[in-house]
Parts: sequence; structure tokens; C-alpha cells
Amino acid sequence: MSALLEVQGLGKRFGGLVANLDITFAIAPAQIIGLIGPNGAGKTTLFNCIAGFYPPSEGHILFDGREVTGAAPDKMAMLGVARTFQLVRTFSTMSALENVTVATLLHDKRLSIARERAMQALEFCGLSRRASVVAANLTVAEQRRLEVARALGLEPKLLLLDEMMAGLNPAEVQEAVALVGRIQSRGIACLIVEHVMEGIMPIADQIVVLDYGRKIAQGTPAEVRQDPAVIAAYLGEA
Amino acid sequence: MSVEILLQTLLSGVLIGLVYALVAVGLTLIFGVMDIVNFAHGEFLMLGMYASFWLFALYALDPIFTLPFTALLLFAVGAAVYQTVIRRIIHASMLAQIFSTFGLMVLFRGLAQFLWKPDFRSVENSLVSGTVTLGALQFGLPQIVAGAGAIGATLFIWWFLNRTRVGAALEATAADREAAQLMGIPTQRMFTLAWGIGAACAGVAGALLSTFYPVFPEVGANFVLIAFVVVALGGFGSVTGAFFAGIIVGVVEVVGGFLIGPQLKLALVLFLYLLVVLLRPQGLLGRA
Amino acid sequence: MIKRINPFLVVFAAACAAPLVVTNPSHQNFLILVMMSAQLGVAWNILGGYAGQVSFGHAAFFGIGAYTSTLLLIQFGVSPWIGMVAGGTVAMIFALLIGWPCFKLKGHYFAIATIAVAEILQVVFTNWTSVGSAVGLSLPMQQEGLKAFVFNASKLPYYYIALGLLIGTVLAARTIERSFLGHYFRAIKDEPEAARSVGVNLTRYKLVAISVSSFLTAAGGTLYAQKELFIDPASVMATSLSVKIALASILGGVGSLFGPVIGAGILTSIEEVTRQIFGGSGRGTDLILYGLIILVVAVYYPNGVVGGIKAWGERLAGREPGSGSGR
Repeated sequence: MSALLEVQGLGKRFGGLVANLDITFAIAPAQIIGLIGPNGAGKTTLFNCIAGFYPPSEGHILFDGREVTGAAPDKMAMLGVARTFQLVRTFSTMSALENVTVATLLHDKRLSIARERAMQALEFCGLSRRASVVAANLTVAEQRRLEVARALGLEPKLLLLDEMMAGLNPAEVQEAVALVGRIQSRGIACLIVEHVMEGIMPIADQIVVLDYGRKIAQGTPAEVRQDPAVIAAYLGEA
Repeated sequence: MSVEILLQTLLSGVLIGLVYALVAVGLTLIFGVMDIVNFAHGEFLMLGMYASFWLFALYALDPIFTLPFTALLLFAVGAAVYQTVIRRIIHASMLAQIFSTFGLMVLFRGLAQFLWKPDFRSVENSLVSGTVTLGALQFGLPQIVAGAGAIGATLFIWWFLNRTRVGAALEATAADREAAQLMGIPTQRMFTLAWGIGAACAGVAGALLSTFYPVFPEVGANFVLIAFVVVALGGFGSVTGAFFAGIIVGVVEVVGGFLIGPQLKLALVLFLYLLVVLLRPQGLLGRA
Repeated sequence: MIKRINPFLVVFAAACAAPLVVTNPSHQNFLILVMMSAQLGVAWNILGGYAGQVSFGHAAFFGIGAYTSTLLLIQFGVSPWIGMVAGGTVAMIFALLIGWPCFKLKGHYFAIATIAVAEILQVVFTNWTSVGSAVGLSLPMQQEGLKAFVFNASKLPYYYIALGLLIGTVLAARTIERSFLGHYFRAIKDEPEAARSVGVNLTRYKLVAISVSSFLTAAGGTLYAQKELFIDPASVMATSLSVKIALASILGGVGSLFGPVIGAGILTSIEEVTRQIFGGSGRGTDLILYGLIILVVAVYYPNGVVGGIKAWGERLAGREPGSGSGR
């Protein structure tokens, strides 16, 4: 199995604070990996390292066999890594269609073609009826989906989803789960940071568990659920 | 160039630098507490200068004695500015915040020009006029008093922030607004306080300057740019940083001006700003 | 498409015909000043309004344009028309050199840096004897006519040149707005980090914005030099000029195509009125008005006149402002 993304011995320090230490795992094409762990475990930091927002302090990241450690976010987008943000960052003064068009413009600067592709991404995420609505006027759930649509507009091979299900009601969680399923059937791999267990456990192929910046477990959801180290990490957090 | 001249220039730089430090302390306090860059800060200084001038011209009250009054007056002005304008744009976009304080700057300059005409004024023959001679060195008494006054005011601010409960509340609001609020610290009052103190610092600096610096509506322009350089060098939000950075900037300005010519002084100081923000954005002691 | 073009053509036709109706030379001069301010405002807007990089130092580009074409004319007899292109090019190179390090700075740090750069430039020019230092440069006016870019008898040719330059600048802005650059600029303005995440190289596109903006601003500087026939650092490089340029867009509507034009119209009118009533800007009344306007706009109408009109129009149509098509 040739991995799509390989993280080798990744570490990230902020001054004296160690956010990530010696993290190693891999993602295969079209695989869904869930990234879980108590608050402060370093999940978003790891995310930001992979997406290029922080340069790692040590270790390597390989994407598609290529060394990308420390590459800038726009370079990572070019290579096929897309991400969403934990606190939604849609382009608030632009319509939903325009938001996604910014992404589709990456591979083709012709506006009409980029718009068509953007519309397709919106349809895929169930937002086609809201295409002309300014992003600031969308509901939070819609904005989350807009971020996914925008990320998909990059035609990525790997999608990094940062807590996309936080604050959603059960029905919305199921919609999100279905969306991730559709994404996977398109051949796109997903690395999903999540706290909402009902959202991630049913769909993930593998779960990686972080605690205090280190990887403490990896396995199928069933395996991880019974792992004593994982249980201790969650219960131990008073 | 003799040692005496160098020493003279150095110490002159330190003296004016102390005044710059005081102005910058006010600016950095406002930024530290609420993340707003006050483009109108120079105008608080200008108002302090005019207050001192008019009290002297109309009632023969020396600026040194009217200093406390000027401080209180500018405190009130700063607090009023917060309540009328700033309060409304705290949550606005950065563009709106920049434009707001910029608008205040233009408005205050216009008002000063309208009310008191663009002429240059000066406080002649105040109590602190004359020179002081130390061996081969000679300094103006007003400059020395200004420097001493600036140290005094800065120490007072430092004492207030670090040794009083209200000061601690202010620092808490600066560090983490929400947490401070949850602990019962009234944010609005803290913001008003920050603006009042910030304006008072600039006002006191203005009062100290009025004894030897010309008073005119645009005078704030010279000082606000320098204040930005000081704040950037010291670190946005750091009072201690502003103090030391002020001295450094004063020395750079006076010594540099002496070496390459007084007309290019401002360019030199502004160039220092560019160097600092590009090479070490957090300044000497600032938070990121 | 047709709906879009028509109002534009109507206004253009009206502007061309205006001198036939407005025959008083000082009124014509007023219109010229409005158009020149508008042109500068639209040029500023490309960087400040579309891409969101607020500059309070644009007078630097204006001054570079004015000085480049004037020096080429005085010292080498180069035609001001070529000088205009040369000035724009020099300004663009300067902008790229300054922008590359300064675009790392965010928000107010960048704004202060633009002030610093422009002030440094002004100080340098004020003390540089080869370019006339504080005394300034006078332009030759013996030769007249289109080729010499000097018109003494009637100011009318300046009117049409200013109109042409304004239209050219508006077209440039419009082309950018409707191209992929328009999307990229707005993304950079709204959420720079998110823009990076979808492949937008921030520095590259900010440099594109400042290149176009500086070139066009410098062209305006050449026009100014050829019209006034005298330039000095205080008149073409002052921070107060930078503020006025920015203000036209802020007032009219940052980020809209015609906002700066409307803003320039309002500002120039205010200047004229205060000059008539209070006799010159020495009394500070224009500053008071500017200050109040900036404050009101910043606090209550951050989207300027155009934004206010749009919101009002949408409310009249019974819609929630902002729910309509995002263009």
C-alpha cells in the first residue's frame, strides 16, 4: 500500500510548550482517519502542520511520496491537500458560489469554468439553492458545509476536516456523516478531527488517538474504544 | 568630534526620549487593553500643550503647577472619546477602527486650527526656563524637568498597573478580556480607564513639552509617528518596553540627527520603525 | 450585460458633453479637480478597497509619478506622455520593493508602515538638491499643445485628458474586479488565512494589486504636474494628500467601483464650499468636516455612500440587506 500521506516522527514546539511529539501514522488513498483525543491533546496543531500553517519543529511529512515538511498552505493546496477551519472562516462578504469559486480558480483561472465547477461542488454538498446567498447570512451548519464545498473545489486528494460536526443537532450530524461517505466514494481521503463520537466512530477506517501531544493509540474504532490507554486518557481528564 | 559633544548629544537624546516614552506608554496601554491603535494619540498631546499654554497665557499659571489639572483634563477627554466614539467600534472591522481614530485625529486638528489658529505659540519665561551647566555640558532646564517629569509619570503608571487593585484589573482585561469579565471586572469601565490614562499620559507629556516646544495644531503629527516607532520597538502592549524603547528612539533621533543632519531625523526614526516591524515584529518586550 | 453598460455610457456621454453646458472656467476647473481626485481614489481602491490593504502613503506614488515625468522633461526634454508611462513604471518598481517586505505586516502595522515610507520619501526629496529640494520644480510652459501636454489658453484639454485618465483607471479597476483577481482580492481581504488554504499566494496577489494601484496613481501625478506646472514635496508627497486619496474611497464606498468617484465628488465639493465660505483651508474648517465625515462613515456607514445606498435600496425592495446576489 503506497500511502497518500505519511507523517513521520512529527513534533511541534511553541517556545517551551510541546504541542506535538513523535507522531507517526499514514493515510492511504480514499481512507478515512479519525483524529481524537482530549482537549489540548494537540489535534489542531497536528492539523495545522499537515496543512502547512505551522512548520514542524521536527519530523517529516510526505504527501504523494513527496517531501512537504514546512511547505506553505497555498503550496499544499496546489498539491491536493484541502482543509476546513474549526471556527468557520468563510469569505463573509462573498456569496456561497463565490466562496467556492475562489477555490476552483486554483486549477483554472477562467472564471466561467471555475464557476461551473464551484456550482457542482455546492450541489455535492447540498447547497445549490443557497448559491447566491452571502456567506455571512448562512446558518452555521450551512457555513460548515460551505467550507467543505470550498475545500472540495480544490479537487483535493486529501481533505482535512476540523471539528465539522461541533454544535450540530443529531439530524445534522447524520447529514455530515453522509457527506463524508460521499466524499470517500469520490476517492478522496479524509483526516477528521472530531469530538462528536457518533459522527466519527461509524465511518472511520482507522482512529488515531492523541493525548498530551503524543499518539497513544491507533486502530479500528472497535479496537480503540477498548484500548485501556485511551479510556484512561479520557477518564483521567477530570 | 569630542567626547563632550557626544555625551551632550547622548544625554539630550535620553531627555527627549523619556518624553517619547511617556507618550508611548499611553499609546501602548490602550493597545494592550483593547487592541486598538489610536491614530489620534498625538492630538491628546497637542491638547495638553494647548491647555498648559492657555492657562499660562491667560492666568499666568506655570505649566509645572497646572500639570495635575492638565492630566485630569486629558483623562476626561480620553474617557469621553471612548464613550462617544470608540465604544461603538470595538467589534467593528479593523478598517473601521483605523478610520475612526484617524477621523478623530483629523477632527481634533481641525478644531484646534479653527479655535486657536495655525500660529505657533510658546510658553515664554516660565518657572523652568534657563540652562543648567554640568562641567562642559549644557542643558536646558525645561528639557531636564521634562525628562524628570516623564520618569515620574511613567513610574506612577508602572506603580498603578503593578501595585494597585484597579491596575491589576486593567492588566487582567488586557491579558484576557473574557476571563476578566467572568471574574467580575467591568470591561467597559476598564476600557474607559485605559483611554483616560492613555490620553492623560500624552497630555502630561504635552504639558512638559510646552515649556520648550512650540505649540501649534499639527504638533501631534510629529509625536504620534515617533510614538508608533517607540511602541513597535518596545513591543505593542508592553509599558516597560515602551519606556526603554522611548529612550533608545530619543537617542537614535538626536545622535543620528547630529551625525547626518537634523532635517533627516524623522526619516531616520521612521526607518527604524520599518526595521523593527520587519525584522522583529514583537519588539523588545512585546507579546506576539 | 446590456443593463450594465448603459448607465456607464450615459454618464460617459454626459461627462463628455458637460463642458458645453458648464462654460465657466472655474466651474470647469472644479470638474477637472473632481475627476483627478476620483481617478486617484479609484486607483487607491484597487489596493485598499478590493484587496483590503489600507495605505495612507499613496502620495509617495503620486509624487514619484510627478517628479519622474517632470525631471525627464526638464533634464532630457522627454515628452510628458512618455514621462507618464515612465513615472508609472518607476512607481511600480518602488511599490514592489516596498510591498514585498511590508506585505508581511498586518492591518494597522501595514498602514503605519505606508505612512512611514511616504514620510521618509518626502523628507528625502525635501533635502535632495538635485530634484529641487523644498523649493520644488517649475515646468516649462513656452511650448503648448497636445504634444507638449501644456495648455495655457483654455483648460478644456485638461478636462478631456483627466476624463480619459479617469475612464482608463475605472476600466482597469472594472477588469480586475470581474476577473479572477477580483475574487482573489476579496478573499484576501475577507479571510487571508482561508485564502491561503485554497491556494492563494497572498504576497503575490497583494503585489499585483499594489503594482496596478501605484502605476495609475503615478499617472495622476504626471497629470497634476502638467496642469499646475509646479511641484514640490509639500504638494505632491504630503501625508495629507495620502489621507485625501484614501478618504475618497472610504467615503464613497471602499471596494465598490464608483464609490471613490462619488466620494471624490463630495470631498471636492466640500473643499470648494469651505473655501468660498471660510476663505481657504487655513481655518481648519475643511479638516473639521473631513474628520466628522470619516467618523460618521467609520462608525455608522463602513461601506460608505455606495454601501448605504445599496442597503437602503435592498430594504426598499423588501429584502434583508446582504441576502441578494453577491455580484
